[in-house]
Amino acid sequence: MSSSEHTVSHIHRDDIASRMGMWLFLFTELLLFGGMFILYSVYRYNNPDAFHLAAKELNTIIGTFNTAILLTSSLTMALSITAIQRNNKSLSIFFQLITVVLALAFMVNKYFEWGAKFHHGIYPGSDTLLAKPSGEVLFFGLYYVMTGLHGLHVVIGVGLILLMTYYTAKDVITHDNYMKLESAGLYWHLVDIIWIFLFPLFYLIT
Amino acid sequence: MSNKNHNEVSYLEYQGKHKGLLGWILSTDHKRIGILYLISLMIFLTVGITFGLLMRLELLTPGKTIMDPQTYNAIFTLHGVIMIFLFVVPGLPAVFGNFFLPILIGAKDVAFPKWNLTSWYLYVIGGLLAIISILLPGGPTDTGWTFYIPYSVRTGTNVTFALFAAFILGFSSILTGLNFITTVHRLRAPGMTWFKMPLSIWSFYSTAWIQILATPIIGITLLLVAFERFFKVGLFDPALGGDPVLYQHLFWIYSHPAVYIMILPAMGVVSEIIPVFARRTIFGYNFIAMSSVAIALFGSLVWAHHMFTAGMSDTSQLIFSLLTMIVAIPSAIKVFNWVATLYKGSIDLQVPLLYVLAFIFQFTIGGLTGVMQGVLSIDIHVHDTSFIVAHFHYVMFGGTGFGFFAALHYWFPKMFGRMYNKKLAERTFWGVFVGFNVLYFPMFIMGWLGMPRRYYDYLPEYQIYHAISTIGSWILVPAIFLMFGYLVYSAFKGVKVTEKNTWGGETLEWQIDTPPIHENFIEIPTVTEKPYEYKSNDLVTQLSEAK
Repeated sequence: MSSSEHTVSHIHRDDIASRMGMWLFLFTELLLFGGMFILYSVYRYNNPDAFHLAAKELNTIIGTFNTAILLTSSLTMALSITAIQRNNKSLSIFFQLITVVLALAFMVNKYFEWGAKFHHGIYPGSDTLLAKPSGEVLFFGLYYVMTGLHGLHVVIGVGLILLMTYYTAKDVITHDNYMKLESAGLYWHLVDIIWIFLFPLFYLIT
Repeated sequence: MSNKNHNEVSYLEYQGKHKGLLGWILSTDHKRIGILYLISLMIFLTVGITFGLLMRLELLTPGKTIMDPQTYNAIFTLHGVIMIFLFVVPGLPAVFGNFFLPILIGAKDVAFPKWNLTSWYLYVIGGLLAIISILLPGGPTDTGWTFYIPYSVRTGTNVTFALFAAFILGFSSILTGLNFITTVHRLRAPGMTWFKMPLSIWSFYSTAWIQILATPIIGITLLLVAFERFFKVGLFDPALGGDPVLYQHLFWIYSHPAVYIMILPAMGVVSEIIPVFARRTIFGYNFIAMSSVAIALFGSLVWAHHMFTAGMSDTSQLIFSLLTMIVAIPSAIKVFNWVATLYKGSIDLQVPLLYVLAFIFQFTIGGLTGVMQGVLSIDIHVHDTSFIVAHFHYVMFGGTGFGFFAALHYWFPKMFGRMYNKKLAERTFWGVFVGFNVLYFPMFIMGWLGMPRRYYDYLPEYQIYHAISTIGSWILVPAIFLMFGYLVYSAFKGVKVTEKNTWGGETLEWQIDTPPIHENFIEIPTVTEKPYEYKSNDLVTQLSEAK
């Protein structure tokens, strides 16, 4: 009755298909952020001075620090995949957990950064912000929406990597079947690469 | 070989881990998911049709006929949202793509069966959200299905729910697209090269790319409108410095390609049905296949023709006007090839072919009036008139809707192992065809004369056209409901069909059992020929060979 011969996909493991599916999903993520990058370009073009002024209010040091954290976490993620390929389960778990810790550190920084802005009354819809020229309202609108959605992706990534750690511990992910971990890694690198664009656009170009 | 018997049970009777209803709603079998989609789509289609009928009834006379203006605004919005996001966009790929794409390429399932089931659940959640938006206090959305800013930020109705509904439905659409692309790349049977694929696969494949590449843009755009309502972010709201025209751009960057998500699969079905009932090899296989890809490509570059009157530079207008005309070329290539396939074929005028012929007739009218609107000087006059409504319905209903009905009648015996009453189906077709044209053709005329779209009230001189149109809806809607009635009846009580090849088709779905077994194929076939190689025009030979 419940003979397991059936659902074909369960017998056939097709790593190339999984990888292809993951890449296609990453395209959709890129386009999702792409919509916002279009908005950023148009509004920056229309309000160069306001964007210049507003960007000065962001803390470049925290931004740089966060960039370093996220880049390092991408490295540890890649290392965890290499570790599992070499059949070193505990090392892979170690690197996955380091990745999670770095991701959380990123979020903690983000929390303080946003918190400081809120403290100064700069948040969407606030009276202080609405009193500023519309170009600055747009800058901070974009800042909150884009870094906010990016932050949401970081949180989802943390959940995803923890799930992978569980799988690795339970030997669902092994040295000859690590596609899930690789997909999580691809997702994490996407989160990283989006930040690499957000960082200069908001913090560096002033 | 007791195992083998178990293997050969049809997918309808197959017992997996779960029994009864759970065996359906937890099934990852692409065929069962196709049926789940079919049932849910028919339910939403019925709701959408009812709203449409009420709208037409209201417009029978100038001023108030049966409802107040606010209700009318809500009803045309819901008609649009339900028909677009819950019927035509998922439409053919979700039902027939799921059911037949794996079979047509000789696979046992799609590449990611679990994600496939997830996409159906997302669809249902999105549908429920849309319904919740109708029932909650605040009232149903009244913005039109386009959610144009600034009204969608200002209105007090439940826009947010409708936005999230569309957002989640977008996810469902993306998962289907992702699955189809991977399936076509990875699971084609041995010997089935790209140019031996049935033409519907080319359509589903091109559609899937648009689903993946365009849908995220509408996702983020609708999300931003929700943010705008909650947090006053200001990105689109002119009061805060945002640009509402930019919203329109982002909206149409998805929503224009989306009309190709809607029409391409129907074109695929037409290319599938015509050679079967003309008993001829399709004319211009490569051209039809490549025109699907070309439509997907150029269709993604024409969105701004929705905004010729919204404020745009002359240069952009010219470019988008030109691109709009270019996208008509691949569509025309298809129409010419279909007609050329019929030429000198031994035509067997069955119900699926009737719907296909109506498709070609109506799609041609809808397509050509579309080109007219691409002409800048004409667009200025017909923009936002019922001319556009007529054009859109000729393409989306006269095209995709009729394609959907054609597919339903064509694949029905294979899906359910039963047959509908062909006489009744043929008569119903004439009701649907006549009703459709009586309903929508007057809209071309009154639109040309200046009747604006979406208006609750109108001048008395337009009443004759509105009245004819409303009478059309009284022919069309009963005919469609009659069709649903006999199809549902036949699915349970129709004459049993056991022969593999009902119509004498050459593609793989007609070489397997009726209804298909759980895993489609006992042995994965090896493909050696193109899909429509009719060596003999004789139906009897075809049928006996197939057996």
